[in-house]
Amino acid sequence: MTDLAIAANGLRKSYGDKVVLDGVDLTVPEGTIFSLLGPNGAGKTTAVKILSTLVSPDPGTGDIHIGGHDLATAPQAVRAAIGVTGQFSAVDGLITGEENMLLMADLHHLSKREGRRVAAELLERFDLVEAAKKPASTYSGGMKRRLDIAMTLVGSPRIIFLDEPTTGLDPRSRHNMWQIIRQLVTGGVTVFLTTQYLDEADELADRIAVLNNGKIAAQGTAEELKRLIPGGHVRLRFTDPAAYQSAALTLREATRDDEALALQLPSDGSQRELRSILDWLDSTHIEADELTVHTPDLDDVFFALTGGTDKPKETVR
Amino acid sequence: MSSLALAVRDSSTMLRRNLLHARRYPSLTLNLLLTPIILLLLFVYIFGNTMSAGIGGGGRSAYIAYLVPGLLLMTIGSTTIGTAVSVSNDMTEGIIARFRTMAIHRGSVLIGHVIGSVLQSIASVVLVGAVAVAIGFRSKDAGVLEWVAAFGLLVLFALALTWIAVGMGLISPNAEAASNNALPMILLPLLSSAFVPVDSMPGWFRPIAEYQPFTPAIETLRGLLLGTDIGNNGWLAVAWCLGLTVLGYFWSTSKFNSDPK
Repeated sequence: MTDLAIAANGLRKSYGDKVVLDGVDLTVPEGTIFSLLGPNGAGKTTAVKILSTLVSPDPGTGDIHIGGHDLATAPQAVRAAIGVTGQFSAVDGLITGEENMLLMADLHHLSKREGRRVAAELLERFDLVEAAKKPASTYSGGMKRRLDIAMTLVGSPRIIFLDEPTTGLDPRSRHNMWQIIRQLVTGGVTVFLTTQYLDEADELADRIAVLNNGKIAAQGTAEELKRLIPGGHVRLRFTDPAAYQSAALTLREATRDDEALALQLPSDGSQRELRSILDWLDSTHIEADELTVHTPDLDDVFFALTGGTDKPKETVR
Repeated sequence: MSSLALAVRDSSTMLRRNLLHARRYPSLTLNLLLTPIILLLLFVYIFGNTMSAGIGGGGRSAYIAYLVPGLLLMTIGSTTIGTAVSVSNDMTEGIIARFRTMAIHRGSVLIGHVIGSVLQSIASVVLVGAVAVAIGFRSKDAGVLEWVAAFGLLVLFALALTWIAVGMGLISPNAEAASNNALPMILLPLLSSAFVPVDSMPGWFRPIAEYQPFTPAIETLRGLLLGTDIGNNGWLAVAWCLGLTVLGYFWSTSKFNSDPK
């Protein structure tokens, strides 16, 4: 138990009739990145709110230990061990970035000198020195998020909750944020990350749990999850309906997508299989206008697990 | 750190934050100051001669003396509307969620708001008082003791209204609602003995004017500054202040401690 940063048993929460979390078990070893993945409304934020002491779990929830402290009996000890960056930026927009940092230093009871040192260091590290004297409300989305995380780090928390840290960020800011998150764990910090982006979980997380309708649909490493579902496919797209129809008649085993005039053939994406498919297409005189190879990714797992029957045509983000 | 030391330290940090807000964005406080100042000038220079007939003559200068104690307390009421608005604004900010997940003294967020707001109320009272003195208000034979008591009453009254305003801010989903919910803070003085004596009001209305927190506080302040008869208004005023403070405190802290939606 000692090397678990987060151990939660049977997490339950309902709001009125709506069951948001229906018995969720979560364990996160120290010094790892754990990603809770799920569509909007799956209950990710509620899980973070409970684990970070912001809202209380429903009766019937089992033991929850954060950093070795019991959430129910020692919430202040839990609070002292964690740092939280919520979905909506938790900065004080009315004061400057630097004042926000010094406010955190004061609330962590650092001495004036130490507070200034930590604030200056983090502002530097998160590239906010230039903006430090400006009100936080004037910051861009990416800057606010960086300030938000910098504020979270003032108390050197051992466990950090990041609730959708990259939602609404442009691609560059997103990659910066990934960089920041990776740096966090090198110092031995545990990161609990929620995201709706599969590539993000794939990129960052040591372990991933897929949350759907208040339950964990699956959990494991990205590789383990990918193995849960059948492999990839080759996709043939046609522009001429007639060509599509005749190809569809020939390739009976292909999955049809009449709307997009596309056929999907199962394939593991290896060179050998690809060649044999191409040879076969040549021999039957089928000429697709576009051929794409689709290797299994978390999207497939995600849609398979969350019961999305209308699989999107291509990778969503 | 002992829990008291923690409470003091965190509350003073929160106070500094609120004073920083007030200093950076003084427009809300200054706008709220306009109401009592405009009313003061309006009732003295426009209605003054007519109104003085209602208090037994003496013209404009007599009416200034009658009016000022009520307006000083109204200034506090007006300032606390700002408290309700800023508390409500604050609660919609993510930073409050952050505070809740930190190992800080739980009540410090509200205590910081309350102390900051009481200080603002006193500053506003001093400003309105200065305008009153500038247009001719003078206290009659108030000694040091009376001044200290008057100051104490103003602080106590500000504390009471502020805790209530904090509760109003906490139950308001947004700034507009907070400003509406806090409207009684500035309407009640209009229904008190601030502008005309209660016994000049219609009989059915007198109980409303008499049994509300502003009237005893106004009568007490009047007595302290102008030497009029205080009677049992002093105790009534203190009882109102203590009652509202306790009510506001428990209301606000229970609202603040309950799970956010």
